[in-house]
Amino acid sequence: MFESLTDKLGQALRKLRGVGKLSEENMADALKEVRTALLAADVHFKVAREFVERVQTQCVGQEVLKGVAPGQQIVKIIHDELVRLLGEGANALSGARPLKILMVGLHGSGKTTSTAKLGKLLKKRGYRPLVAACDVYRPAAIDQLEILASQEELAFYCDRISKDVPAIGVAALAAAQAATADCIIFDTAGRLQIDADLIEEVKKLHARIQPDEVLLVADGALGQEAVNVAKAFHDALALTGLVLTKMDGDARGGAALSIKSIANVPIKFIGTGEKTGDFDTFYPERLAQRILGMGDVVSLVEKAQETIDQKEAEKMAESLRKGDFNLDDFLAQMQQIKKMGSMQSIIGMMPGMSGMELPAGADKQMARTEAIIKSMTRQERKKPDILNGSRRKRIADGSGVKIVEVNQLLKQFQQMQQMMKMLKGGGAKKMMRQMEAMKGKGGFPGM
Amino acid sequence: MFGLFKKFKTGFAKTVSAISTKTKGLFSGRKIDVASLDELEEALYTADFGVETTGEILTEIKAAYKKEKELRGQEAAAIGAAVLARTLEGAEGVLKVGTGGPSLAKNPGVIALIGVNGSGKTTTAAKLAWRLKQDGKTVTLAACDTFRAAAVEQLKTWATRLDLEIIASHTGADAAAVAFDAWQAAKSRGRDYLIVDTAGRLHTKGNLMEELAKIRRVLQKHDPAAPQHRWLVVDGSLGSNSIEQARVFHQSFGLTGLVVTKLDGTSRGGALVGIWRQLKIPIYFLGLGEQAEDLQPFSVENYTKAVFGLDE
Repeated sequence: MFESLTDKLGQALRKLRGVGKLSEENMADALKEVRTALLAADVHFKVAREFVERVQTQCVGQEVLKGVAPGQQIVKIIHDELVRLLGEGANALSGARPLKILMVGLHGSGKTTSTAKLGKLLKKRGYRPLVAACDVYRPAAIDQLEILASQEELAFYCDRISKDVPAIGVAALAAAQAATADCIIFDTAGRLQIDADLIEEVKKLHARIQPDEVLLVADGALGQEAVNVAKAFHDALALTGLVLTKMDGDARGGAALSIKSIANVPIKFIGTGEKTGDFDTFYPERLAQRILGMGDVVSLVEKAQETIDQKEAEKMAESLRKGDFNLDDFLAQMQQIKKMGSMQSIIGMMPGMSGMELPAGADKQMARTEAIIKSMTRQERKKPDILNGSRRKRIADGSGVKIVEVNQLLKQFQQMQQMMKMLKGGGAKKMMRQMEAMKGKGGFPGM
Repeated sequence: MFGLFKKFKTGFAKTVSAISTKTKGLFSGRKIDVASLDELEEALYTADFGVETTGEILTEIKAAYKKEKELRGQEAAAIGAAVLARTLEGAEGVLKVGTGGPSLAKNPGVIALIGVNGSGKTTTAAKLAWRLKQDGKTVTLAACDTFRAAAVEQLKTWATRLDLEIIASHTGADAAAVAFDAWQAAKSRGRDYLIVDTAGRLHTKGNLMEELAKIRRVLQKHDPAAPQHRWLVVDGSLGSNSIEQARVFHQSFGLTGLVVTKLDGTSRGGALVGIWRQLKIPIYFLGLGEQAEDLQPFSVENYTKAVFGLDE
């Protein structure tokens, strides 16, 4: 995501190559393009203007540092400014127990889905969440939340008869207490920020339930409107945070910048996919880095830490040390990767690959490989050497693939095994050197 | 004509007031000056018209201002509306009566509604069916969003509310199979139109786009021309990304029309101008409110006038 903004900034800054000192004159063109890039990325008009002015003030008069391209220097300044704008430091949820969270937003922004996703996340963090259906308008909205809640095994409250939203909210609180839930998430109906009646309704609900968190759920692709929406909801409900949804698309996400700077509401979570697990804490530093095309390595590492089983990892390291990497390890490794989410969402976090899409079926391919290995006996997995023709045929039949595919997998595995042996036998340094050399040749284009 | 404009304007009323609060005075009898040109730029940008269209409108108004220092706000607004109208020339989609399959068999005309999550496809499907019915057409709805929890129930509720005919299966069912059955039902009952509601999908997801292709292939087993109408439903409050959405959906499915929803807020749906500029996909309807009758045919004249606060 955000790759388009990155591209545009890159282009604008390339023009600054070879200047000695940053001045208003030599930066004028570049900054104009930065502004255009921000506007094209749906950053609000005023925010873009202020942003450019601030960057300009900071840049003017600075000597271009030796050994650093002027573009890089400006990128650093823009990066710092972006981080500042997006809000320094991570924004945690309130520590209150029971924790009451009110979800609000426009139609179709993703409130119901985000409610379920947040419930799942908090459950993982040790809460006992209850989700309450307070959308009494959209047909089948209650059903949708109920289905999602049962999928994630979250406690659920609804009232299919009443249209009195504040009363439903109060009843949900009682239901939560009865169910010994320590966290209640209220899903509400989509409403326009200028719809006085509906805003009044949600204000009443707010007054009755006294939430600790009021989260505005907003589509990451929102245009200039983002500012009006955030401001109006903030004025009415004193928002405590923002959930930015559909960020797995290619929206440039200027809305994130706009909302943060105008309504001054921290962005707390981002929705990054259709699965209920595709929901992440928001880190401004990372997003700024992402905007500048530096990838999101930190997120990836953390996601890996969270999902990879420590014991499994130790076992793996042990077998690597001994150099007997077998098909069981291969399978375990694959399952660890799968736990981190779909291949696509993992790819999205890697530097320079945010815009890339995996060929359709990459996840499917992994499932097939898994099926093949699972059709082997324990012994076969430990010692693949014993796999003769008839064993291979049995495995192919068992996993519903062709023998060729079994052969392919075994060949791949052999290559991997060889690599592991190389790593073990001091070949690691040689390999690193090779990789370094490759990197040097390719260089880093741009900037 | 007047009645239609009025409906359009009431739906768009908040929109109009939003742009004209920004441009109040600016587009009145007052003379234009440098400061008001600045304000105009802001107003245009905040309407999501995009960099290009904003640039063009500004250039023309500035040029006129250079020639005529006494240029009044009203005249500037007229220039802006004219530029916008010129940009949007040919953008009105008209649903022709009897747009259907081959002349031999009287097949239903299929309208497939596609778009990203939360753009308003299900609601639009119901409103569109209701509108066609008001126009004396017979319509069947196909509930092909079998992915989102309770999407089928949502469309069913609409169908009951508006007394519409619907073919539905259950969540998790094969969307293409539902489409196949629905077409058959529409055909055997001699319906004029079949409206296919599909699951929301981000345009960046190849595998979900593949599912849409499957729905299309399956429909073509019945009628090689189906779906005759492939309309993208776009949330009018989105910014430039809606152009990207349209581009990708267009590449995959050859879009034949647009429906822009949620224009009863304060957003001006300027992104539709960008979509038209780049892809020349005609705009059929605008969603101007929550009621069934709030889905209104798109009119360039009404839209440009409403945006610039010009009256009849």
